[in-house]
This record gives sequence, structure tokens and C-alpha cells, in this order.
Amino acid sequence: MNDLPDTARPALPQGLRLQWEPAQEAHVLLYPEGMVKLNGSAGAILSRCDGKATVSEIVADLERAYGAVGLAGDVRAFLAMALEKRWVELRP
Amino acid sequence: MSAPSAAPGPPLWLLLELTYRCPLHCVFCYNPTDFARTGAELPTADWLRVLGEARALGAVQLGLSGGEPLEREDLETLVAEAHRLGFYINLITSGVGLTAARIGALKRAGLDHIQLSYQDSTRELNDFLSSTRTFDLKAKVAALIRAHEYPMVLNVVLHRLNIDHVGEILDMAERIGAQYVELANTQYYGWAWLNRQGLLPSRAQLERAEAVTQRFRERVGGRIQVYFVVPDYFERRPKACMGGLGSVFLGIAPDGTAMPCHAARMLPDLDLPNVRSADIRSIWYDSAAFNHFRGEAWMKEPCRSCAERTRDFGGCRCQAYLLTGDAANADPVCDLSPHHHLVTGAVASAQAAVPAASGEHVLVFRDHRVSIPVVPAGASPGGAPRGPLR
Repeated sequence: MNDLPDTARPALPQGLRLQWEPAQEAHVLLYPEGMVKLNGSAGAILSRCDGKATVSEIVADLERAYGAVGLAGDVRAFLAMALEKRWVELRP
Repeated sequence: MSAPSAAPGPPLWLLLELTYRCPLHCVFCYNPTDFARTGAELPTADWLRVLGEARALGAVQLGLSGGEPLEREDLETLVAEAHRLGFYINLITSGVGLTAARIGALKRAGLDHIQLSYQDSTRELNDFLSSTRTFDLKAKVAALIRAHEYPMVLNVVLHRLNIDHVGEILDMAERIGAQYVELANTQYYGWAWLNRQGLLPSRAQLERAEAVTQRFRERVGGRIQVYFVVPDYFERRPKACMGGLGSVFLGIAPDGTAMPCHAARMLPDLDLPNVRSADIRSIWYDSAAFNHFRGEAWMKEPCRSCAERTRDFGGCRCQAYLLTGDAANADPVCDLSPHHHLVTGAVASAQAAVPAASGEHVLVFRDHRVSIPVVPAGASPGGAPRGPLR
């Protein structure tokens, strides 16, 4: 995962939108003519990808919010997958 | 009439066909061939009400199409309301009428995405297939779409007359900065059904086009996503049409007719409700039409006992109707269908080497002055054109 440095700032690419859908009781990722229904942790991670927070900061924020430790591996694995699917892009 | 086996989810995908008016006359249009006889278009207030009611049920992806949706002068008003409600808004357009002023207004109103259709990579065929002079205009529209920072999504409908140009079409897409290209082989509904004999490609054409597409993908890598949609007729299993009728898709025709799929108004079994006289909740959950093909009770053999019925729901009801005369039959695309020979027969007859684009098969152009009733197979689709030719 060399292409995911701790200092990178993930963000949703233009044209994608994340929103909470009460009818589905889930975060969904909306893109041209399509939609992905996200599970709880995916929604929690993606909603922190604002192009300002770094990967390290996102991990720290999630650990704080969920009172957990050692989330870095899971978060990085999800972000690597999201990067491959173009759900996120990295800002310097 | 069958009761749904489980309570249906919300209509997540809402398509508003705002108008049947269109400056193009495409021979492969899926709109009904008798659209000229349908009722008046809904006024703005009704469309606004539909948006609110559908969003309240959980609809979130919104398609605005037609016809050509830009023919509606209230498009910006509808987009602004849809955006306020939280829809993700897709405009599906030929680009005709998309001026700098209008795209600016649509962007400000909150439009999320534009899908631009092309008919061909060459001016001659683009203009012939749509019976218009629109090729140069489309290049200008593509530049406007880029300038307004929309993802550039091209849709090209493929068929016998243009499928050999796939390489040029993809090169053109690259030149105008496309990020997504959908090469959608014609599916045979509406005007395309009428013109099937002239539009169905040969297997050799299809295989060449797929090979060219694959080479292009390898060259451009992830820069341009290319989707190649194989025509149903060349498959051995049917598509899971609409994820099952009444499962996620709700379409509203220009006159307010509510449909569980784009082409459903041709199905004689369905007494389709209209948003002028019913609200979206009762249409989606309670109407006989939307419940008719939910679940499995409507199925006949071989679907009824087939292990794959939960995966493909028996395929496309409209295709079953057009090819066999009964919408409850298995989609004849499936090689388990006793009617599969109707599909292989059509494909076989398309193998004959007729000179492409020479007018060997007479094509009927989509036209509001022509009204042709939907006729299932046996009545020779495309065999005897009954409208004016351009």
C-alpha cells in the first residue's frame, strides 16, 4: 500500500456524493446513474474523506468516535479498495 | 394476479420521461411507436408533486429523459426542486438545445450529471441515423459539458449500421475527453423493434467490435471506462430486467403513466396507473400493475421450477411479450425457453451479408406524425414499414 501515504488527504471525486438515506437506513454513495449502499464502517470512513483530513487523522478520529484502538489496518484496507474503485481520490 | 412474496423496497430509481418531443428521429428509439397518440404532457406542478412523493418514499437516483428533456422549458425548475429534495440528478440528452445559458442554469440548479448520446463517429451516419444535422453541435455540447466540470459520459447505441465504426467511435470519445463510454447495443423495443431486421448486427460484427473495444481498453488503461453492453439476442441467459419488475425502478411517461420498466406500457396485462389520479405511494405499493410481476406466482414453466429464477426473474417481460405474445413466458433469450428459436432465428437471419447502410432494410424513423401500434412477433416486425420515410 505504498500509494496510500499517511499524509494523503482522501476526498470524493467530483460527481460523487455521499449522503444518509433514511429509507435505506444507510449511507449511500451516489454517482452517475448508480448507487452503492454502504455498511456502517464504510459510511463512517467515507464521511470523513473531506480532502482536508489525512489518513492518520481519519484513523485517529474514528478511534476517538468509536472508543477503539488499532483501526489503522482496517481503515487503510478500505481506503485502498475505495481508491481502486474510484470512490475516493487523494489530495496532496 | 400475484401477491408480492415479500414487501417491496422503495423505488430507488425514478425516471421521468418529461416529454416525447424530440428533435431527433432515431431508428433505434425505445419510445412507444404510438407515442403520438398518448395524452398531454404533465404540467410543471404535477412533476413537482411526483418528485416530492417519490423522494419521501426513498427514491434517490433521478433520471430526466424523454424524448429530449431539454424540450421542456421548466427543466431548470424541476432540477432545482429535485436537488433541494436530495436527488442525484442525471440528465439523459441528445445535447440538442443545451446552450451555454441552459447548462449554466442547470449547473446552478444542482444538476449532477449529463449523459450525452452520439449516434456515430461520422457526421454522415450520425446525421442519417438521427435524421438531423446534429454532429457538429454535439462536439460543441461536449466542450460545454467539460467546461462546466461535469464527468463526460457518452452513450452510443450500437447496431448493424454503426457497429463496424466502434474503433472510430472510441477514438472520437477519447478526443472529446470522455471519461465513461457506454457502447449500448440496441435492445429491440419501440422503434428499434420495428426496425429490428435492419439493425441486428451479425455475430462476426459483434465479435470484431468486442475485440476492438478490448484493445482500446488496454491502450487507455483506467483513463476511460468503456462499458460494452452485448445485445440480449446474442446471450443464452436473459438479463435480470429492472432487478425484477416493481423492485427498484419507477418510470413516469410524459402523460403521467407510471411504469415498472421503460417499455411496460406495451404490456396488455398491465392496467398502468397515472400520477394524475393516484399518489406515488399507492402506485408503487398498492396498484395491481406494480404488483403483477412481483414475486414468482406469475411465472410459467420453465421459469417456475428453474433454479435461476431468483437470479434473472425470468428476464424481460416486454421481450417475452414481443417475441411470444405472452408477457408471462420466459424471456426467449434464455436457451431453456421453448421459444428460444425465435431469437436464434432472428440472429441467424442477420448473418446474411447485406450491404450495410444501403437501405437493404427500410428503416422507419421515429416521428410524431407516424403512429404504429405495438405488434408482437408473427406480424413481421420491421417487415412492412407503415410510415413516411426520410
